Amino acid sequence: MHADIEIEVDGEVRSTTVDTRTTLLDALRDRLGVTAPKKGCDHGQCGACTVLLHGRRVLSCLTLAVAHDGAVVTTAAGVAVGDALHPVQEAFVDHDGFQCGFCTPGQICSAIAMLEEAAAGHPSHVTDDLVAPVTLDDDEIRERMSGNLCRCGAYVNILAAVRSAAGT
Amino acid sequence: MTDMLEPRAMGRDRVRHDARAKVTGAALYAGDHAVERPVHLHVLQASIGRGRVTSIDASEASALDGVLTVLTHENAPQLSNADDAELFILQSPAVAFRGQIIGAVLAETPEVARQAAGSVRVAYDVEAHDVDLRADRDDLYAPEEVNAGYATDTDDGDVDAAYDAAPRRVDQSYRTPLEVNNPMEPHATTATWSEDGLTLHDSTQGVHSVRATIAPLFGLDEDQVRVVAPHVGGGFGSKGTAHAHIALAAMAAKVSDGRPVKLAVTRQQMFSLVGHRTATIQRVRLAADEAGHLTAVAHEVVEHTSRIKEYAEQTTVPTRSIYATPNRRTSHRLAPLDVPVPSWMRAPGECPGNFGPEVAIDELAEVCGLDPIELRVRNETDVDAATGLPFSSRTLVECFDIGALRFGWSDRPTVPGSRVVDGWRVGLGVATSTYPVHTMPGSVAKVRSEGEGHYAVHIGAVDIGTGTWTALAQIAADALDVAVECIDLEIGDTSLPYATVAGGSSGIRSWGSAIVEAARRLRSEHGDHPPEGANGESEAADNPDTEQYAMRAFGAQFAEVQVHCDTGEIRVPRMLGVFAVGRIVNPRTARSQLVGGMTMGLSMALHEQAFLDRATGHIVNHDLAEYHIAAHADVADIEAIWVDEEDPHLNPMGTKGIGEIGIVGAAAAIANAAHAATGTRVRELPLTADRYLP
Repeated sequence: MHADIEIEVDGEVRSTTVDTRTTLLDALRDRLGVTAPKKGCDHGQCGACTVLLHGRRVLSCLTLAVAHDGAVVTTAAGVAVGDALHPVQEAFVDHDGFQCGFCTPGQICSAIAMLEEAAAGHPSHVTDDLVAPVTLDDDEIRERMSGNLCRCGAYVNILAAVRSAAGT
Repeated sequence: MTDMLEPRAMGRDRVRHDARAKVTGAALYAGDHAVERPVHLHVLQASIGRGRVTSIDASEASALDGVLTVLTHENAPQLSNADDAELFILQSPAVAFRGQIIGAVLAETPEVARQAAGSVRVAYDVEAHDVDLRADRDDLYAPEEVNAGYATDTDDGDVDAAYDAAPRRVDQSYRTPLEVNNPMEPHATTATWSEDGLTLHDSTQGVHSVRATIAPLFGLDEDQVRVVAPHVGGGFGSKGTAHAHIALAAMAAKVSDGRPVKLAVTRQQMFSLVGHRTATIQRVRLAADEAGHLTAVAHEVVEHTSRIKEYAEQTTVPTRSIYATPNRRTSHRLAPLDVPVPSWMRAPGECPGNFGPEVAIDELAEVCGLDPIELRVRNETDVDAATGLPFSSRTLVECFDIGALRFGWSDRPTVPGSRVVDGWRVGLGVATSTYPVHTMPGSVAKVRSEGEGHYAVHIGAVDIGTGTWTALAQIAADALDVAVECIDLEIGDTSLPYATVAGGSSGIRSWGSAIVEAARRLRSEHGDHPPEGANGESEAADNPDTEQYAMRAFGAQFAEVQVHCDTGEIRVPRMLGVFAVGRIVNPRTARSQLVGGMTMGLSMALHEQAFLDRATGHIVNHDLAEYHIAAHADVADIEAIWVDEEDPHLNPMGTKGIGEIGIVGAAAAIANAAHAATGTRVRELPLTADRYLP
């Protein structure tokens, strides 16, 4: 079974026909040629496919493309403004927050959304006071970024990058 | 003595050449290259541990709209070379291990390929399989040699007599589990046949080694195969040799009328198709005099290999070089099992083979009543016992001195289990790291003058996240006496000059030495200002010092561990590695690589264990939800620093290689710290909470 969908990807409206079993990740990569999001596990266990869906982070391998007709999707390829990198991207470069780079587009999207979640007061597993504004200390950043695995072991540098982008 | 390159760009921080491409997702990995009308391939795997396929009913699968072919041993193209049983797939109905490739579905879309794969019915003649690794098996055997060409056994002096006579002794057994490399980028290959031959976009640590392996399988000359890999999403050894899926993709492309075939190995499939680190059972005996001088060391290992292709992890090799002792015995015995084919994983042999002895040294320190650092210092040596040669440099004691000061070693509680802070038992531990300087000859570099002081540098090296793009440009800049910006580097393609694999921590050393010599040749033939178009091409210069000196990198690893008094939960709030690894080319990427190795070592210490199920022969926890690797919240403060080590014997850059030493010693340091924290000695990885329950 197939369906026609229209998705705005990185500022451009794209139309395609998808098998209704096609994940958002496969639609982006195989149908639309948008390869910034990566397939590291296809089961929502690694975070490499993280994109922003209407500004919120989602695992694009765990959601079906057909359910997102009309959606606005932003990948790591779409967060820069012209030649200027997004401040989170800039921070990852400055702090060498990656090695092989395969998890990086997902880490970038995750970090951007995470900073907004914290600013909006969303608590995490390690937040003591569920009501007070969130202070993004190191434990908070680590916890909130733990959905994005990195096998090269760049966590220490990712922490430094996110800390710097958060301005803490 | 080698002719040393004067460091100008080398030794300076430089942002990764590919940083922008990676943070914007523009860097193209194997599965990202756009191809016209791809055929999608889904692998069929054996669901028994051993036996034969008796029938494959693909009628339902073939009837699905969009299915092109179902490949099985009955219709697959014939392969030309049976030397490597791992790669010789679909040539017979035999099943040698659970998960082995028994077929493939080729379809117009990945969804259809996967659906069709699920509807292929396979019947088997099942034979009893055996995946049980035990030290008391009666079929253990000694391989002719172990990985990297080392001797299987060594026996110097009289170990038994020295052990019996010694006043201080340790005799324990240690175990490390089956571990799986799990680079973040699953293995992927896009294969296309044309009149000219075969093109592979492959996720590999060595484009030329994939070509050399795949070409003879299909009866091709090497120049008829092109392998391309500009960016690779990690490998850690699993992409160091060509595995069966590459042969499958090429085979499928051969029957696809020139259409490119895309094969993306799934995370689950990786656990049986692309290698793993064998489990080890290590008996370690240490004997010492009253002052802690080692009088005998014995390190005897039992580990598995697959029955169809031997791989012998060189687990006791580091024991042959690390400390002084007059009596030393090391051995490897293999259990041939019906398991997937094991292979390289970051610091093969050196990493698991460090765990047993470095925990045993900590136990000996306790027996002798000595500071474990002092015990190690008392057993320092300038001579490599394995070769009888002096070390070209060995700066281990300085690493311990610097680390101890910086980590607060002298303030540690010396009685195990004596410090409790907020419900957590706290302890510090150390271990020695070491990794050999492997020589991999044969890489060729080509340097061409582009005019106005700019140079093109070509070599078929790869960057698997190690920083090759950046470090080789720095080396080339110094070799040509220009700014790094004047270097136009090309790597990752067999159309470039031959390069050895990115493995054994040998990449920068092998490729950089060739670049330096090519630059020297250009200068000697064309002067200091070579005209545009002038070329220099060369292998690395011969280094007679490799016959005169033993070459190894060393390091000291420190860990602080907290173990919860009630739950046994174990955390590692701090790690420090101090390394003596020759010259550092790019401090920025080097620190990342060393910290990354230590992080993988922490992961090994606390999390990693693949479970081979005796009943089914299956690695049952075959995904990232069940095979745990360190996540961000598991990793706290990890720092890596290094001593300035000027070693003129190594190569023109003075480098030893840093890709693997970071993982070596990390797990032992953490295990030793956990003992210091709790008084409980755990001799088996991973160090899970249940082992520390009060």
